[in-house]
Amino acid sequence: MGALQSLPGQAEYCDLTAKTGFSFEQIGVLRKRFKQLSHNEETLRRDHFNEIHDLTFNPIRAQIIEAFFDRRNFHEDGQGKVREIGFEEFVVVMSHFRPPSLHMTEEQREKIRKEKLRFLFNMHDTDNNGTITLEEYRHVVEELLSRSGTLEKETAKSIADAAMLEVASISVGHMEPDEFYEGITFEHFLKLLNGFEIESRMTIRF
Amino acid sequence: MATSWRVTLFLCTLLMACRGPSLASGESECRMARNSQPQTPSSDNGTAGEGGHGGGTVTTLPIVTWRWEHVKDPYLVALWVLVCWLCKMIIEANHHVTNIIPESALLICSGFILGGIIWGADKVQTFSLTPTTFFYYLLPPIIIDSGYHMPNKPFFTNLGAILVHAVIGTCWNAASLGLSLWGCQIGGAMGDLNIGLLQYLLFGSLMAAVDPVAVLAVFDQVHVNDVLFIIVFGESLLNDGVTVVLFNVFDAFVSLGGPRINAAEIIKGIVSFFVVAFGGSLVGVAFGIIISLLTRCTYKVQIIEPGFVFILGYLSYLTADMLSLSAILSTTFYGVFCQKYVYANMDENSAHTVRYAMKVFANGAETVIFVFLGISAIDKLIWVWNTGFILLTLLFILVYRFMGVFFLNWFLNRYRLIPLEFVEQVIMSYGGLRGAVAYGLAVMLDENRIKEKNLMIGTTLIVVYFTVILQGITMKPLVLWLKVKRNEVRDKSLLERVTNTLFNHTLVGIEDISGQIGDNYFRNKWREFEKKWLMWALMKPSVRKKQDQIFDVFHQLNLKDAVEYVAEGEQGGSLEFIRNESAFLDFKKKFEDEYSDMMPDIMTYMSNGTMSRDPIPSVSLEMHEQTMKAMREAEEVNAHHLLDQHLYKSRKEHRHGFSRNNFEINRDAKEVQEIFQRTMRNRLESFKSAKMGVTPPKTITKHTKKEQQKMPNGKSMDKKKSSYSGDEDFEFSEGDSASGYGPSCTPFPMRATNRTGAGIDNPAFMLDLDPTDSLQIPPWLLESELNSSMVAPSQRAQERLPRTPSNLDRLTPLRFSIRSSDTQQTDGDLLPPPPPSPPPTDNTQK
Repeated sequence: MGALQSLPGQAEYCDLTAKTGFSFEQIGVLRKRFKQLSHNEETLRRDHFNEIHDLTFNPIRAQIIEAFFDRRNFHEDGQGKVREIGFEEFVVVMSHFRPPSLHMTEEQREKIRKEKLRFLFNMHDTDNNGTITLEEYRHVVEELLSRSGTLEKETAKSIADAAMLEVASISVGHMEPDEFYEGITFEHFLKLLNGFEIESRMTIRF
Repeated sequence: MATSWRVTLFLCTLLMACRGPSLASGESECRMARNSQPQTPSSDNGTAGEGGHGGGTVTTLPIVTWRWEHVKDPYLVALWVLVCWLCKMIIEANHHVTNIIPESALLICSGFILGGIIWGADKVQTFSLTPTTFFYYLLPPIIIDSGYHMPNKPFFTNLGAILVHAVIGTCWNAASLGLSLWGCQIGGAMGDLNIGLLQYLLFGSLMAAVDPVAVLAVFDQVHVNDVLFIIVFGESLLNDGVTVVLFNVFDAFVSLGGPRINAAEIIKGIVSFFVVAFGGSLVGVAFGIIISLLTRCTYKVQIIEPGFVFILGYLSYLTADMLSLSAILSTTFYGVFCQKYVYANMDENSAHTVRYAMKVFANGAETVIFVFLGISAIDKLIWVWNTGFILLTLLFILVYRFMGVFFLNWFLNRYRLIPLEFVEQVIMSYGGLRGAVAYGLAVMLDENRIKEKNLMIGTTLIVVYFTVILQGITMKPLVLWLKVKRNEVRDKSLLERVTNTLFNHTLVGIEDISGQIGDNYFRNKWREFEKKWLMWALMKPSVRKKQDQIFDVFHQLNLKDAVEYVAEGEQGGSLEFIRNESAFLDFKKKFEDEYSDMMPDIMTYMSNGTMSRDPIPSVSLEMHEQTMKAMREAEEVNAHHLLDQHLYKSRKEHRHGFSRNNFEINRDAKEVQEIFQRTMRNRLESFKSAKMGVTPPKTITKHTKKEQQKMPNGKSMDKKKSSYSGDEDFEFSEGDSASGYGPSCTPFPMRATNRTGAGIDNPAFMLDLDPTDSLQIPPWLLESELNSSMVAPSQRAQERLPRTPSNLDRLTPLRFSIRSSDTQQTDGDLLPPPPPSPPPTDNTQK
């Protein structure tokens, strides 16, 4: 059975390798996992993710799952959500977590950095308007703290507020009258997380 | 100059004093009486024998006697510590020198000088570092400190690499050095030496360890990136354990003698290696558990609370040593394990004390060690020069270190997610500094079995000097030249922390989805285990809930703000503005007037008496119903408090007294609370000034007063309102700044009463307020009690505080008082950002 499947798979694999940078082997592993998750179907839906046992305890489960159905993470210029994803999308989303290769130029590094941060940014920016508003940010922080069970919602709120406040004071030193701080834009996000070595930290062993 | 004079003076005293014993007991006499070798009181000595009880018959009652012999030992210890620390002080005073040459190298050099002086006076080296002193008194504080302050996450993330380097790398270093030297001897490169293979291996094992003290001293000043640092540092800590074990094993082999070593003995050696290493670590963890449990109950003896941490740490060291397990590993893991729980369980003051005291001890011990490493060199007895031996040792150490590191890293990089780069490997290899541990072990060698002991000591010293001084000096340029990724030293912002947590969860989630079991998986499992069991067992229930990274930063930020705020206030003159209650009373009326037309609903609301005070909504408009009730009851108490504050203020600060058990930092709990509230508000203001487009604080002072008057409650607000009117929850707009009052506040006060929290203040921190309690205790006290260890940026206390005893219905938030004092002061005042449109005093009085 494996042999039969791998034959049509090869071409697709080549494609994916070029697109995501995974090796054949890694794609094979992911393929297996995909099958397992989707119960041998060709597409994955949200329920499939909800079934993953280990994930049930993750405080930001919803965001993570949504990230898989977010068009923005598919390396295309799409927007909005999809209802189900195929293997290709699955791998593409996963490829955000690929470790960087050893020898990279500065531009490559910067590009990877941006991609990874964009992924994080998208997790915050649920309505896809290019800014993380206070609402959205509060929501995320609430979710984050929800699992700890000891901190109340209000704490989450005030923490989100304080963080936002900090962002505003850092990124926008001076604003004209009539302006108000709408939220964190991606540029600000990039700037704020400058010291955050995301290119090497946002990595997973595949 | 003055200091160096002092040093010389002390030295002279010392030298004079020490001549006697040095003649008597010679070189073996240790520098520190801690070893408490029985003294042979040299009664013939002029100075020492003069008085005391030792004198024969007492002919007359002496009024004052010279009792040098009685105090000699502790006196010398104290003097030497003092001298060493003075050296450090002098060195640190020349900052441009320490930028180039690491402090450790300079300390060794000053040791040379001191040693030279002693030598010149005594013609024999009176003082030297003895193994006992080193291993039982100087090393433990350093190890406790490094364990307790170990950055746990990087440490455990890289534990695999650290262990590989510490165990395999060290064994490799020891074996290769020993064998190569032996080979060279057979080849005839070193002349005629009476050293066998086993002795060479023994020598190799003592030279193998990278020294944590030396490494830390150098790497501290270089700031390489975290991963590199933790690998080198972790290796140096753990391999100490390994070396000591290796040393003991080979030492036993040497005493067994070559022919009697068979396979069984070798296997025993290997087994003992693991037993010693793991046993030591286990002892450490056991003591860690004990201290964690202990600190759950030490709050009753808060004053000696920090002491427990030290004593148990030392006990873990001694216990492991008693069981002939690895003491260094034991203490390291003691610190690593207990840091989190101890820190959480103890009072904040105690936690600070522990950290600080640890640094004091560790730093002090380190200084002494380096100085004495220098002093020990000035001794004719230990210098048996053998050029071949010394040079070859140096060469082999360097070469094999490079080879070992590169080979192990090549191996590790195949499994590492983020491989170590080439330059980092170079730094790692180059960072293989040897230090006092090697020297201590060398001195411990048995002269009877190892004929060339002195040669070995001398060589060890040369190696130490070479690595610490030369490599230490060149390390920084090398790091710069190779462009090794360096660490930025900075604080993390709250956003970063939040993102970090989010990010960790994401990684775990993705790992779960991808079905792989990776580092994140294990870390997550451990965290769950810890949360479920360890925290339950080892932490006080009251602090458990505060164990959240994000919360912690939040807390830290608030603390920092408070400190800054006070500092700024002090710069601006005094803290008087905090207590100034008279100036803003006028505002109150003014504002009332101003708002009465704009916010009729508020006015009616106020007039019906439900909301008895603070008509001016501020950010802190945070009105629990219960506290509302409590407030009225608390009024009297408030009044008392105010009186109290004013009447006793001056005396309070000068209250003298002594109590061994009671150490009170003279601070006013209420004042601290106030400060917190203010700072929270400041944060908000600065945010709002950005958000709402009001001109940032500094330009304010340039405004004329008229301009300022124009601004508030202006039309711009209406525009702004529309921009987020749909956003019910957007409470940032609750204006604390005067300009924000108008539109943004109109809808809120009603809501605020029902809701537990609004805006940026931290209602959550006060949710556990018990209304019945608050009836009796003034709110600020109550808060400080409940949240004594956390920041409670609540604005309530502050809102109430300004109340004068007179029966004023409403209060203006204190910030007006800030402002008024601010505006009255000079423009250069560095007070915290005043809200955009402060109506100055004179305006209102018009």
